[in-house]
Formats: sequence, C-alpha cells, structure tokens
Amino acid sequence: MSPLDRIANVSILKQHEVDKLYKVDSRPALSTSDQFCFLVRPRIKTMRYIADIVNADKMSGRSRKYKIIFSPQKFYACEMVLEEEGVFGDVTCDEWSFYLLPLDEDIISMELPEFFRDYFLEGDHRWINSVARALQLLNSLYGPFGKAYGIGRCAKMSYELWRDLEEESESDGQGRKPEIGNIFLMDRDMDYVTALCSQVVYEGLVDDTFRIKCGSVDFGPDVTSSDKSIKVLLNAQDKVFSQIRNEHFSSVFGFLSQKSRNLQAQYDRRRGMDIKQMKNFVSQELKGLKQEHRLLSLHIGACESIMKKKTKQDFQEMIKAEHSLLEGVDVRESTSFIEEHIDRQVSPIESLRLMCLLSITENGLIPKDYRSLKTQYLQSYGPEHLLTFHNLKRVGLLTEQAAGETLTAVESKVSKLVTDRAAGKITDAFNSLARKSNFRAISKKLGLIPRVDGEYDLKMPRDMAYVFSGAYIPLSCKIIEQVLERRGWLGLEEVVRLLNGNEFSVSDSTVEDNPTWESQRVILAVFLGGCTFSEIAALRFLGKERGCKFIFLTTAITNSARMMESMIEAKA
Amino acid sequence: MSRARADEEEYWHSSKFRAFTFDDEDDELSQLKESKRAVNSLRDIVDDDDDDDLERVSWSGEPVGSISWSIKETASSSTSSLEGRDSGLQKGSSSYAAFPKQVSSYSLSSLFKGRNKLPSFQSLSDALSDTGVKNYAPELRRPKAEYKDYSSDWSPKDTVRRMQRGKVCSLERFRSLQDKLVLLDEAVAGHDGNVITAVLIFLKRTLRREILFRELEVRQVALCHLIHFLKEAGEQKLLLDLLRFLDRTEEVALSQYREHLNIQDVEKRREFLKGCIGLPFSAEDTSHIQDHYTLLERQIIIEANDRHLETAGQSEIFRKYPRKASILNMPLVTTLFYSCFYHYTEAEGTFSSPTNLKKTFKIPDKQYVLTALAARAKLRAWDDVDALFTTKNWLGYTKKKAPIGFHRVVEILQRNNAPVQVLEEYVRLVEDVETRLNLATKYKCHDVVIETYKDLKDRIQLTAYKCKVERGSAEEEKINSILNNMQIRWKN
Repeated sequence: MSPLDRIANVSILKQHEVDKLYKVDSRPALSTSDQFCFLVRPRIKTMRYIADIVNADKMSGRSRKYKIIFSPQKFYACEMVLEEEGVFGDVTCDEWSFYLLPLDEDIISMELPEFFRDYFLEGDHRWINSVARALQLLNSLYGPFGKAYGIGRCAKMSYELWRDLEEESESDGQGRKPEIGNIFLMDRDMDYVTALCSQVVYEGLVDDTFRIKCGSVDFGPDVTSSDKSIKVLLNAQDKVFSQIRNEHFSSVFGFLSQKSRNLQAQYDRRRGMDIKQMKNFVSQELKGLKQEHRLLSLHIGACESIMKKKTKQDFQEMIKAEHSLLEGVDVRESTSFIEEHIDRQVSPIESLRLMCLLSITENGLIPKDYRSLKTQYLQSYGPEHLLTFHNLKRVGLLTEQAAGETLTAVESKVSKLVTDRAAGKITDAFNSLARKSNFRAISKKLGLIPRVDGEYDLKMPRDMAYVFSGAYIPLSCKIIEQVLERRGWLGLEEVVRLLNGNEFSVSDSTVEDNPTWESQRVILAVFLGGCTFSEIAALRFLGKERGCKFIFLTTAITNSARMMESMIEAKA
Repeated sequence: MSRARADEEEYWHSSKFRAFTFDDEDDELSQLKESKRAVNSLRDIVDDDDDDDLERVSWSGEPVGSISWSIKETASSSTSSLEGRDSGLQKGSSSYAAFPKQVSSYSLSSLFKGRNKLPSFQSLSDALSDTGVKNYAPELRRPKAEYKDYSSDWSPKDTVRRMQRGKVCSLERFRSLQDKLVLLDEAVAGHDGNVITAVLIFLKRTLRREILFRELEVRQVALCHLIHFLKEAGEQKLLLDLLRFLDRTEEVALSQYREHLNIQDVEKRREFLKGCIGLPFSAEDTSHIQDHYTLLERQIIIEANDRHLETAGQSEIFRKYPRKASILNMPLVTTLFYSCFYHYTEAEGTFSSPTNLKKTFKIPDKQYVLTALAARAKLRAWDDVDALFTTKNWLGYTKKKAPIGFHRVVEILQRNNAPVQVLEEYVRLVEDVETRLNLATKYKCHDVVIETYKDLKDRIQLTAYKCKVERGSAEEEKINSILNNMQIRWKN
C-alpha cells in the first residue's frame, strides 16, 4: 500500500476524472489523455522521466498539459533539471505540503524512507525543512510543546529550523491549550544496535517477515491458506491484532488459542436457543463473531508461516548469536556463525545485518576479521557489494578498528588549514565519520543488559527488555526514559559524551507557567531516520508503566532489512 | 517578447509619423523617446491596479473577458476542442504555460490552474501561469512578483530565508566571491539542504571549478551537498574532478567502478571491468576488482560452452537437469556451485572445473566444501560426498574430516533428502554429545541414539527410547540386548 492509497484510493481518483493511474519509474505512460498529472517526490531522476515524456510528445506534435505536484515540497534542483531539459514552462508545478500520515492512533509517519540514506550516508540536509514543517504543523494543531529534548545533530538542526519558522509565523498554535507536553527528538545514528536486532514482538516480526507498508500488509497464500493474497490493515481497529501486536512472539500462540476457544464458546451458545434468541444472535452478534473469526484465522496463519520460515533459517541459533553480541560474550563463536551464514549464502541482507551488529557492538571489526568476512561476502553475494561495504563504512555501520586512527591524522591535517569556526564544522563532520559506537560502555552505563536470575517472564514483562526476549533494553528507549525521568540530561553527561554530544533540553517559558497535568503525560517521540516496531512496543510498555502516553513521529517505519537495503547501490 | 517592445512596434507601424531611421537625429524623436521612457517607468505604477485601457486580446482575436471568449474557454474544458487553440499557442510561444480555466472545483482540471493557495509558495513557473485570465494576451509580461525580487536587495540571510520559504529569489546579484561565500555559509547555517544545493548550483555555474572546489574543501556540509547533487544529476565527470581535487582517490575509483552496474552487455561490462583494475583502489580492493573481472571472463567462456552443450543435447547432465538461468554475473559461490553441479569431474586444466575455480580465486576450504557438498548432495551423489570428507594418513588409514562442523554436514544432507544410512554416518561424527543426540533423534538415526546412550551409560533414557523404535525391529532387539548386558555399569 502506498501513502496515496491511504488518502485517496483509485475509486476516489476515478470520481475526480482521473482516467488512468501510472507508476512513475516504470515504462512511459501510453495514454490518450490530454492532461498528465505527476504526483511525485522531488527527485532528479523523476524529473528526467517526466521531461522525456514531455519531449517525446513535443517531437510527435502532441499537445498535452502537464502538472507536477511535488510532495512534500519542490526542490530547486528539480526545477533546474526541468529547465535544462527544456520543459520548464511546458509543465506547471505545485506543492502538496503533505508531511504527516497517521498510520495509527499513536503513530505518525512522514513516509520518507529516503531520509535515512540522504542524511546519514550522503550528509544531505534536504529533509530537515520537512521535519521542521511537520513539527510546525503539529504545533499548530496541538498547541505548543512545553518541553523539548533531543540528541543528535539532525535533531538539533531540525529543532532550530522549526523554532525559526515558528518565530516568524507567529502561528495560531501559541496561546492554544497545549496538548502535547513533551517532545523528544532523536537521530537514528544514536542507536543503530536496536534497529539491527531481529524483532520478536509480534508487530515487529510481521514487519520483518512480510513487510508492513503504510500500516498494511499483504498476507500471501501461505498465510491465508487459499490461493489468494489478502491485504490487511494492521492497526488499533483490528481487535485481534491490537491485543497481540506488542506481545513477545512466544505469548502470542497462547493468546490466540485462548481467543479461539472463547470464540468457539460464543458460537456454541446458539445451541439451545429458541427462535427469537437465534434471530437476535444472527442479527446482532454473528457479524462481529465472523469478523473476529476471520481476523483470528489470519493471524494464526501468519504465526504458522512465521514459525515455518524461522525454523528453516536457524532462527534460534541466530538469536543466540545476537544476544551474545549484545552482551559481549563468545565473540569468536558469533563471528564464525556469521562467517558460516555468509558461506552458505543464507541471505545477503541478513549476513550484512549480522556483520554490522558485530561491528557496532565491538567498536569495529579487527582488521583480520574485516578482510576475511568482506572477501567471503563478496564471493558469496557478488563483487559489486564492494560499494555496499564502502557505504557501510561511511555511515559507521561496518568499520575496521584501525580506521579511527588514520582518520584522526587526516582530521588534524585538515584542521590546520582552516579557521577556528570552520574547523569546528570539519571536526564534526569527521567525527560523524569516524565516530566510535562505544556501545559496550554505554550499555554498561545505562544497564542495557538486564541481570536475570532465573527465567525472564515474557508474559509478565518487568522492563522494556521483553521486546528482545529479556536480553537487551533498547538503547533509544532507555535514553528517552532516563531523560524524561530526570527532566533533562543532568547525570547523563558520560552517556552523552559517549554518544558524541549534541543533546539539548529546552523549556517553553510560556507553557511552563501553567503546566496541565494531562499534557505533561503526553510525549511526542520523534525518530529522525526511522523507528522500529520494537521501539514502539517498548515505549508503549514504558508509557503503561509510568502512566504516560507516547505518540510517535517518524520519518518512516524501519527495520534492519530496510536499513541494509538502503545502503546497496542500484543501477541508475 | 516584452510588452513594452510590442507596444513600441505597434506604435511605430501604425503611426502617422514617418518611419524611424537610425540616422535620424530628429529632436522630436529624442523628445518622444524621453517621454516614452517616462511613461514606461510609470507603467509599473499605473499597471498595478490592472485597469488598463487597452483591450487585451486572446489568441483567437476576441477580447479577453468578452462573452464569446469565455464561452470558448468553458467549452474547451471538455477536452476535444482544445486542439486548435493549443496548437496555435505552441506556435506563439513554446514555453507558454498551461491556461488557467474556469472549471468545476471537483474536476481534476482545476489542479491544472496552477493556482496556489499559499502565495508564499509562488514560484517562477507558477507565476508564469498564474497571473490570471487578463494576462494571457500575447504580450507576456513579467509577473509583478518577479519585479519585486529583482529589484530589492535582500541580504544573504534574507535571501536564504526567502528561499527556505519556497520563494523565488534571484542569486545573480551575488557576484563577488565574498558575497557568494557569505551566501553559501548562510545557506548552510539555515539547515535546509534544498537551499544549500540551490546556492551550490548557482556557484557551480558562476565560479571556475578550482575556486569552487577550494572553497568547498573547508566547507564539509556544503561539499557533501555538492557531491550528492552531482551523483544524482549524473554529472560524473565533474564529480570525479572534485574527488580528485580533494585527493579522495579511493572514492574516485569506486565511483568509476560503480558505473559497471549500468552496463548491460556482458562483453562491454567485461571490457569496462578490465579498465577498472588500474584504478587507485586500496591493495585489498584491487584484488577484488581483479577477481570480479576474472570471474566474468570465466563466466562468459563457461556460458558459451554450456549453452552449446545444452542445445546439442549430447550431455546427459544437461538433459537431466536443464539449466534454469544463465551463469553470467552470478557471484563466485554460485558459480562454484554450478561448476560442482555440472562439471565436477573435469580436470583442473579446464576453466569450468571446480578445482580450477578454487585455485584461481583462492576459495577457502570451508567455503569450497560447503558448496561442493550442497551441489553433490542435490544430485544425490553420495560417493562424492563421502570422498569429500575422507582423508588418508601416511599409514593408509582413512579418516573423516571436515572443515565445517559435521552437524552442518548432516543438516545439508538432510535437506537434500539423504537416506538414513548416509545421514547416520555423519551424525555419528558429530562431536558434541548433546547435538549428536538431538540430530540423531530428530532424523531417526536409531543406531546412533542407542549407541550414544550406551556410551553415556544412561539406562533410563535408553529404556525410554524403546518406544520410539518399531516393535520387533532390529533396533528393539539391540536395545534389549544392551539392557541385558551385565557388563555395563549403568549410571542410573
């Protein structure tokens, strides 16, 4: 499902005289229509595609009207391309300031998966304006945020740009009763580890296995046990899903079978009914029961399919290796597990993910391992992945331990050349390149690996670690928890230093004066570069524990596979 | 054509005055010129209320706003009647934007009006098409909004700010290097990548590249934006120049190597890769590139041979297991699997033999064994599997050895439906007792289970296992005889 489907589906578009829909990027649209309307993200490649169509029409003497609607905004570079291709003026442009897509009662997505690569790999700030505008929009809808926290360079820039917009516009949000008391902005690179882990809460597992797109999933024939695929919206409205989405996978079976028994019992009640009762039953309850029945069988089917896939992939062994990496034990064993994973060509994406997890938890691979794993990877999955390795090194997801030193040398060399102010910028830029993850030290400082005596009860979780089977508390969520608890960064100086700084905490003086309790308990968690369903589940859990409510604003829903895929070079 | 010029021409041609000549130094004329200038400069003010006496005329000659015109205009929203007028339009001005039209607000066509709710988002293209009905007389005049932009002196900061809000701003004013750099720094400080890139495009157009590069070297954020833009726009040559200037030799190499992804034709791709070998990669990567080239070279040879073999229908293996896909551009391990599948027994001298591949690409033992095992097991060639793990020592004893855990061997064999006898042999070799028991139980290798329990002296488990084997089978007998063996000292 695409974002457009969530807003205006095909039939709505048809009602508005849209003759036919085409996908940009595929073949040229063959249409006899006199008007073309392109609803696109502002990308240079797309502009060339459009220009080709317009120019082809011109050559064949066809006259049409063309309209490009950029979402969420137009970029100057796009206009430049239109001008270069000689179609500027032949097309008219508009902007659709579409920033927020509510995926669920508590999740808002900007549907910008490219944010991750554009910002963290290419260092392009093009989406920061969009984030600022999204915040501005939320601010105008829900009143000023009382307290703003954040960590990460992008978080800081987005916040600054948003304040800038806010000051200038004197928006109607001011003076409104604040409904969201706190906002927390976080860059994805503050915590790659969590995003790299295999997800084991139901919603995360469904995302990892079937890919949830825009809050909807395609369950294939193996799930529906028919020859059809079914598109299912997964949100709070789904009575079955809403009760299992945040659960650890192991608790889901029990729940589903209990639920089916209840359902059976309700069906069974119709025995011994008289005709009037039966009439009531059919007219009032049966529909609901049938609906529930349908949902139950879908989710049971999904569970079965997940189980089948996971057993085939040695999921147990993989989870074990992941947990060892998180804890920092048996690193050699995990390394050979990864090696074998590569050699057996199990999955290019999973292999990459495991290597990255190893690298981040160990502050980079030792050179010997790096070379050997890289060589084997290229042999197993194709030499062109040389480019992937280069990208991963640049974002700091997969590094060689010695790299830090060489970069420091370059850094000092360059720093000497420039003035103080600029030097600060350079060091920053290099820092982000050479940044060590320091995961082990941070994990120790924040107690991310729970010490467990005996079995961790996944059905009655005691902390956020349950989203990873009790083995690890997601770093991103732990930071949020700590900062909210302390109402600032005080006492977290060491953690901040290890995370490379860029933290902030600002109170809006106009709001602080009369804090309303209700709004104080609402926190907008903003993830720049994507957030995972595991993180959402963990914070929902935290919210329940602490009596507060989290609302999520993310540039996109992500998971390890999406992150890895975004690092692979595709042909132009 | 500007409106003023058109007026001028009309004026001269239709006037009763004598025609203008260049050598005419008439006082009258210069006076006239002067007053004309004065009038023209007034026009900006006068025009503002859009209350022009001159009747504006549309393309078909009817005065804009007249009834017949508006009927035509309305009618043309039903698409068929568009042709005639539009083609006329094209003759006039190919860059002319779409006509705004009065249509029901429900129709999609309303989108084409180009009218933007937020005036602040007005851009050049919008401005052209959006100056209202009155303005599409042939004399296309510069939109008023633009006059403002060109005439006012926005500071660099304000310029950046306006651009951030999506307004059109001319950058042509920033001519000194100093000004340009201040503008760039302001853009970077504004945190909006769109604006940074816009400024960079302007700088790229108006500065010699060495100077631009030099300034970007100390402006990392801006530099990232330019590199990303060049990548996206496909300006490969300039990108390489920039990277070379920055001494980022490895990136130069990778960026060139990347282009092979866009080459479909294998021969061309091979040639291209050959050229990549000399690029300034790290020593390690150079050997990867070399391997890439060699691999494709081999694949081309193998593919040609095998396609021939397959079509000729002489070779049994190809008849029995027709190839599902070509081997071209596949990874090395896949190629090795292929060659273990189709060319296992070939002598080392041939390009397609597994041993040749192993040697050429220095494939580690582990990798080789895993792949060969998978290929031979798929063909159910159990003798080959056996040979893969058999080693002889100098005394001639044979021993089974594997560079990978035997539990992996078992798993791969099982996945290929190996018979129990074959499985049993390898399950027995699994060193870890617990894993061995698990695998043996899972795959019903009864003998191994029984023997392991016997070795463990675990009477209880052995007794319990009796119900897993068939009644009256050889296995049951075996268990019974072991349980009755008085010599064993059971631990329980």
